[in-house]
Amino acid sequence: MFFKPKLFRHAEFKIGLFELAPQAPGVAAWGLMTGVAMVKSGMSVFESVVMTLLVFAGSSQLAAIPLIVAGAPAWVILATGFCVNLRFVVFSLHLRPYLIHLPRWERMMHAYVTADISYVLFTRRFHQPGHTPEQLLAQEAYLAGSDALNWGGWMVASLVGIALANFIPLAWGLGFAGILCLLGIQCSLASSRMRIVASVVAGVAAVLAYALPLKLNIVVAIALAVILCLTLERLPLTSANREQT
Amino acid sequence: MSDLFVGTDVWTLCVILGLAVVTVVSRSFFFISSKPWHLPHWAQRGLQYAPIAALSAVVLPEIVMTQGQFITSWQDARLFAAAAGVLVYVAKRNVLLTILGGMAVYLPLHLALGW
Repeated sequence: MFFKPKLFRHAEFKIGLFELAPQAPGVAAWGLMTGVAMVKSGMSVFESVVMTLLVFAGSSQLAAIPLIVAGAPAWVILATGFCVNLRFVVFSLHLRPYLIHLPRWERMMHAYVTADISYVLFTRRFHQPGHTPEQLLAQEAYLAGSDALNWGGWMVASLVGIALANFIPLAWGLGFAGILCLLGIQCSLASSRMRIVASVVAGVAAVLAYALPLKLNIVVAIALAVILCLTLERLPLTSANREQT
Repeated sequence: MSDLFVGTDVWTLCVILGLAVVTVVSRSFFFISSKPWHLPHWAQRGLQYAPIAALSAVVLPEIVMTQGQFITSWQDARLFAAAAGVLVYVAKRNVLLTILGGMAVYLPLHLALGW
């Protein structure tokens, strides 16, 4: 977390904060939209506030809302949220050597508040984990500064969005902004041909299997797309498309 | 004040708590244990495809279906807004502009034409 004096008094804390600053308007706008979308999709104000304060993951919040409103079973909602969040699992693998020296509670809290942009900026600035305790502390301070502004900006903007949503009629359909946001993230993930295949297969499968009870179409669609892509990867024809990761 | 709680139910709050746990677990997945270990190869490959598949599975039905039925008319603001959003993304590579561009198409069609 970012509230320790040895972190926020460190020079790197300010650098982390300043480097995130140009991204802050974008983060705030997305937070604002998420706040509006939560309320306009049919969640109560109280639920929206709790979700904002605790979940702190825009894409999984937005993906969960239509499922919550449709009354899908909890495990389907949580599994979908986890799948949308799988990119963070990859981030955690990357950040591990930078933070693993900390006590478990502290390193998990750092990870909890580190979202996409902080991760990207952090790994852009520090290509290698620190070799000395001073270097590691400097990196931790940078991450804390970056996270502090990202988290703060997101929270304020989301709460403002929730407050504003009450004054916007439901008929305007502003909840659709949440779907467009997911669509944008989806486009940003479409970085290889195989990922586009996964996207198309999952989308079509989710529509075709829509009649399944309990919103299981989502789970079926994800499973089908992943299995199909893992199988396609093994064919010599597509090996050229394989991602280097 | 009571308005704030209208529609709030315990089940939804539990799901929200669960989603918070999902955030913590996914973001700190490899921090939980300090023992060195590796993901099996198939799981590592699967990580490449699951996020985009999950988003697509949530998004596409929200664009082409109404009340559980495939839409029968092309006069639907969502189709044009989604197409505009994808085009804006391809041109600008920016999620925020994708939302704004999509809504700039969605709102006039939805509010003025009732699509």
